[in-house]
Amino acid sequence: MATQPLMPHDLPVEVKESLFAVPGIHCVSCIAKIERELPLADSIQSARVNMSAKRVAILHDPVMTPPELKAAIAAIGFDAEPLADPGVDIAAAENRALLRALAVAGFAAMNIMLLSVSIWSGAEGATRTLFHWLSALIALPTVAYAGQPFFRSAWAALRQGRTNMDVPISIGVLLTTGMSLYETAVGGAHAWFDGAVMLLFFLLAGRVLDSMMRGRARAGVAALLRQTAPGALVLESGGASRWTEAGALRPGMRMLVAAGERLAADGRIVEGESGLDIAFLTGESAPVRVCPGDAVQAGALNVEGPITVEVTAAGADTVIADIARLMEQAGQGKSRHVRLADRAARYYAPCVHLLAALSFAGWMIAGAGVHQALLIAVAVLLITCPCALGLAVPAAQIVACGTLMRRGVLVKDGSALERLAEVSEAVFDKTGTLTLGRPVPVNLRRLWREDRAILLALAQASRHPLSIALRQALETEGIVPAPLSGIREVPGEGLFAEFEGVAVSLARPRGLIDLFGLASEYRRGKQAMLLQFTDALRPDAPETLDALRGMGVKILIASGDRPDALEDIARMTRATAIGHLRPADKLALIGRLRAMREKVLMVGDGLNDGPALAAGHASMAPASASDASQLTADAVFLGDRLAPVALTVHVARRTVRIVKQNFALAIGYNALAVPLAIAGKVTPLVAAVAMSTSSLIVIANALRLKGAVK
Amino acid sequence: MTGIGLLIPIALGLGLLGLAAFFWALRDGQFDDADGAANRILIDDE
Repeated sequence: MATQPLMPHDLPVEVKESLFAVPGIHCVSCIAKIERELPLADSIQSARVNMSAKRVAILHDPVMTPPELKAAIAAIGFDAEPLADPGVDIAAAENRALLRALAVAGFAAMNIMLLSVSIWSGAEGATRTLFHWLSALIALPTVAYAGQPFFRSAWAALRQGRTNMDVPISIGVLLTTGMSLYETAVGGAHAWFDGAVMLLFFLLAGRVLDSMMRGRARAGVAALLRQTAPGALVLESGGASRWTEAGALRPGMRMLVAAGERLAADGRIVEGESGLDIAFLTGESAPVRVCPGDAVQAGALNVEGPITVEVTAAGADTVIADIARLMEQAGQGKSRHVRLADRAARYYAPCVHLLAALSFAGWMIAGAGVHQALLIAVAVLLITCPCALGLAVPAAQIVACGTLMRRGVLVKDGSALERLAEVSEAVFDKTGTLTLGRPVPVNLRRLWREDRAILLALAQASRHPLSIALRQALETEGIVPAPLSGIREVPGEGLFAEFEGVAVSLARPRGLIDLFGLASEYRRGKQAMLLQFTDALRPDAPETLDALRGMGVKILIASGDRPDALEDIARMTRATAIGHLRPADKLALIGRLRAMREKVLMVGDGLNDGPALAAGHASMAPASASDASQLTADAVFLGDRLAPVALTVHVARRTVRIVKQNFALAIGYNALAVPLAIAGKVTPLVAAVAMSTSSLIVIANALRLKGAVK
Repeated sequence: MTGIGLLIPIALGLGLLGLAAFFWALRDGQFDDADGAANRILIDDE
């Protein structure tokens, strides 16, 4: 070991990349601000904004911890949350593969069509054969490459003894290509390479639309998604503290949780008193008081003072992980839904194949040669190939999803839209779903303008939910905060400061405490005033429920709250309400409704609704919902209004109607074209024209959905 | 006939060039953030 080489000292500084979701990015100046001002910090090398995904990728010194980076972003005025896994985005990769296949098919289709047009305009003999060979040269690699998504899916279906739309597509494309190759080799008059490749091009266009729609909705949800807690500061034996990732936390460790941070593991408080916001678990917005000895759950938001927590369970053993498992099991039922296109294919594919086989047999019996009979059978297959059928569903769904997205509803995929159209009963959670899920001050109007300015200045200094509620209400009124001196927050008590020499405070009520604890007291000198808060009903909840009833959807309210807290809401919305339901009870309720043959639309926000959201035939969650609920729900709606729920069901139903019309159009076209094909009158030219026209008609019909929300 | 012999390879070659350019752009991430790219043009560089 005497010859150990000297380590060079000037190794390049190691850099780490972290991803943050920053939902507040919406304009150019946001991009410029983040990208210019973040790197001004010492240990941040660069920042790159992805505006579509509302994400920032930061290259930084590995010593920077996620909370420090978050603070750096907050310092320039943006709310940010670390994203767990910057790994490969599978959906994006799939979308890219489809785009590549579409580009190849498009290139090939154009070039082959160019050659085909010269053949149709009268090229003969050696020229025609040359052109056929050239077409084959382009078409064979194209079919092998661009056809893969269909072949793979068809093979997977066949192996499980099922059939889907991709089976007739694959058989059609492969047979047509094979037959054309044979025709080219023997110098025949007709080759169908153009048809086969054009078919792939149209169908891939449908697939790309479908995948883009899913990708866009997922990116939207991911941007809203706040990761529970990436880790915690762990107190080491020497008294020092070290940032530890959530996955490395072990029972017995002590974590320091500052105000405003979320807990990364379940535990018991050993030091400090505070209020915890556990809305993610219960849906209740008022913070729960905790003191040493109390059990706390991972994901809870510490809103008041710093606490030290001894970890009792981490990772897969936490309460959240339990609920996640329950959701996973409940969600398995959903995968049994058979998509419309595949249901159509179940009847369509056997019909088409039977027809092709019959025309082959018929022409053989009528005395035509094997060669001619086969040619006609292939023509039947190509003409009936579900080109319009393949576009019928994605075209309608992408138009519907685009329309809904502009109205603030993110639908995750096409199957969700189909299930949303079928619902017959809607089950609503109360807190956060029918109500806004956050306290709203009710009696601010009774304060003078100056008092309101002081109140805003006080409220801005705290992250307590009631302070945030005050700040939001006052800021929308256009109040400018008053200049205060010596603002300090006393954990568990409130905010204290001085205004023009007079002591002012925003604190816990001294006297009578409001029944639900949703009150705060504002004091200025000797005056005091009780500020009351209520969890307000979403402004248009009764109308929305009426609209749903008008569509024949039954309404039920299922809440974990006390039954007496539900009375008012049940009366205002004229709906039946059930209280005191735990997550497993809600799941059981959905199960009972399903047994009564109802297709349940579950609308909920809390983690306690998670299992029910997964079990429902379809589900929706507001954008303020817990992360797990947003991930589970089929659609997420933005904003304070409930109307998007009724709108989504309405648009989903119209979409299914349009899809069915599209099927009818496609079948009508087949009814016209198939007799021609069986009679042996279809040439490649006729096939190309028919295919393009039917696709255009189907797309035009789908575009009618654009006006569906007006 | 010689005209065709010359023109067809040229046409195919140009098409392939376009295809290659698209693949390159796709791999380079030019379609990853379409909204951002549209807006970035408005940032003034000092």
